[in-house]
Amino acid sequence: MSTATAVDERVSKASPLTRLMRRPEIGALMGALVVYIFFAVADQTGTFFSLDGTARWTDVASTYGIIAIAVALLMIGGEFDLSSGVMIGSSGLFAGLLITEYNIGVWPSIFLTFLFAAAIGFTNGWLVVTTGLPSFIVTLAMFFSLRGINLGVTKLLTDTVRVAGIAELPDGSPRPGYESAKAVFASDFSAYSFRIAVVWWLVLTVLATLVLTRTRFGNWIFAVGGDSNAARNVGVPVRRTKIMLFMYVSMSSCLVGIISLMRLKSMQAGQGVTQEFIFIIAAVVGGCLLTGGYGSAIGGTIGAAIIGMAFIGIAYAQWNTDWTWLFLGLILFVAVLTNSLIRRRFQGARK
Amino acid sequence: MTETSSHEPAALALENVGKRFGSVIALSDVSMSVPKNQVTCVLGDNGAGKSTLIKILSGVHTPSDGQMYVNGEPTTFTSPREALDMGIATVFQDLATVPLMAVWRNFYLGNEPTRGFWPFKGLRTKYAKESCKAELAEMGIDIRDTEQPVGTLSGGERQAVSIARAVHFGANVLILDEPTSALGVKQSGVVLKHIRNAADAGVSVVFITHNPHHAYLVGDNFYLLNRGQMMAEYTKDNVSREELVKAMAGGAELDALAHELGAKG
Ligand SMILES: Nc1ncnc2c1ncn2[C@@H]1O[C@H](COP(=O)(O)OP(=O)(O)OP(=O)(O)O)[C@@H](O)[C@H]1O
Ligand SMILES: [Mg+2]
Repeated sequence: MSTATAVDERVSKASPLTRLMRRPEIGALMGALVVYIFFAVADQTGTFFSLDGTARWTDVASTYGIIAIAVALLMIGGEFDLSSGVMIGSSGLFAGLLITEYNIGVWPSIFLTFLFAAAIGFTNGWLVVTTGLPSFIVTLAMFFSLRGINLGVTKLLTDTVRVAGIAELPDGSPRPGYESAKAVFASDFSAYSFRIAVVWWLVLTVLATLVLTRTRFGNWIFAVGGDSNAARNVGVPVRRTKIMLFMYVSMSSCLVGIISLMRLKSMQAGQGVTQEFIFIIAAVVGGCLLTGGYGSAIGGTIGAAIIGMAFIGIAYAQWNTDWTWLFLGLILFVAVLTNSLIRRRFQGARK
Repeated sequence: MTETSSHEPAALALENVGKRFGSVIALSDVSMSVPKNQVTCVLGDNGAGKSTLIKILSGVHTPSDGQMYVNGEPTTFTSPREALDMGIATVFQDLATVPLMAVWRNFYLGNEPTRGFWPFKGLRTKYAKESCKAELAEMGIDIRDTEQPVGTLSGGERQAVSIARAVHFGANVLILDEPTSALGVKQSGVVLKHIRNAADAGVSVVFITHNPHHAYLVGDNFYLLNRGQMMAEYTKDNVSREELVKAMAGGAELDALAHELGAKG
């Protein structure tokens, strides 16, 4: 019998390449390279490849990516959230109305909005774990409810379908707190106008990856998505884990809502609607299994990068942007197909 | 409640416990006690309610009727976590492993070793992998690579992971639901030896098996369950192996079976 550390003769040594190919996000990473080269070649303006162009596509990717990482973790935990898009609008409107209609300070409003988002996420999660209904249905109901509330409440309070006047007080003077909030959520840096959202995106990618692979909570996320019954039987707090994941998703949407509000200085009642599928696409392209229990946070990030490149690349190639959706559809299909092929090739029986 | 010879309260006891799932009555009016430092075997046919019984003991189900006692104290578990926190660990019949997760992650699932302080509390991955491999070797199972997903292990290896995990975390009570059903002769022997050692080391063991020979080898007390009811109770002193085999097979039924097979042969 070999000792605990001795090399086992029954395992062929996994080459670094094989070990790399076993990562869930490897398909997406190769896809991202292909897409990048494709648009660098198709580019008609000569900017896609430049730092200016990079600033543009990472900007699009960052606001998708911040939420896609959370959606990826939730998907690994075995659940969906279809209200993640509409929550961008809900949070932006919530903060905007607190600031303009109720004259609450900018920072307190932002704080209250994160609490609001946490409460919405808690409601999603609590409903899913107590009713046992599929999260697809529960969050679809939340999606429509919030969509209605966004329009209804905004019209009721402002008589329009948008909230405006975030940057100035009614008398035209600058609103206290706006500049500092803008610096945190919506500023630019460097000569190429990289947006601060990119920093949020990358920091959250690193944090989510650490949580997923290096903490107990990360272990529980894989477990509740892989087999929630087994997880409960060995003492994993399944309900708490799922509820916290739903809260993380809505709070990510809230972060993006605040970012948009600070950028645009206003918020439309319909903001964010239809984006929920983009986040799911990003997570799936990034190698998360729709059935749960498998995936990575960085996969969501790479998926979002591909989508960002597509949106900007198609514009730079001077094609009609209507084609973006066709492109996303193809990317989704090809990515999932490649992911499953790679998994079968390099991992044997791993589902 | 059944009396034990010692004055110590039983590690676990059930008093007139029943369990219904909707209209299905899985257990009715079951009383038993699991004395400290002894191996208590639960025997019975398929569907007799053995797994339901141990799921009550391990906190998966709450009883519909009756009362459970832990160390003589009336206790109601609302989740397996509460049982685990009292040092009651279980090998479930379905093993409770997550197929897509690595062996070492499964081994420590729910009881992950960490270091540091919140929010910088991290898993001790290196320690977890090494100790997991060592614990499995202890069970007579030599896992190739603890990074391997549990779903790719053989049935017996998976069972060994589940047993080693329960032995590791079952400080007070160890519950095993047919732990040897997929094991080879050698590994079964190792598990039986571990069961005996655990009891001798002060752990109370509940052992469910279809194999009366295994039960007789390690058991101190035997309960016979049939169609959700407790049919009989034996102690090692007042039952022989033959009686136990006969009782399990339903006595007369075994004679009839022997006759039938004999007639054919
Ligand atoms: N969750 C449940 N819902 C409905 N009925 C159940 C449930 N769990 C168990 N039962 C029923 O209770 C009875 C006892 O089941 P149990 O699993 O305890 O049997 P067992 O003695 O462990 O059998 P085996 O030896 O095959 O493992 C069975 O008839 C089963 O159908
Ligand atoms: Mg059973």
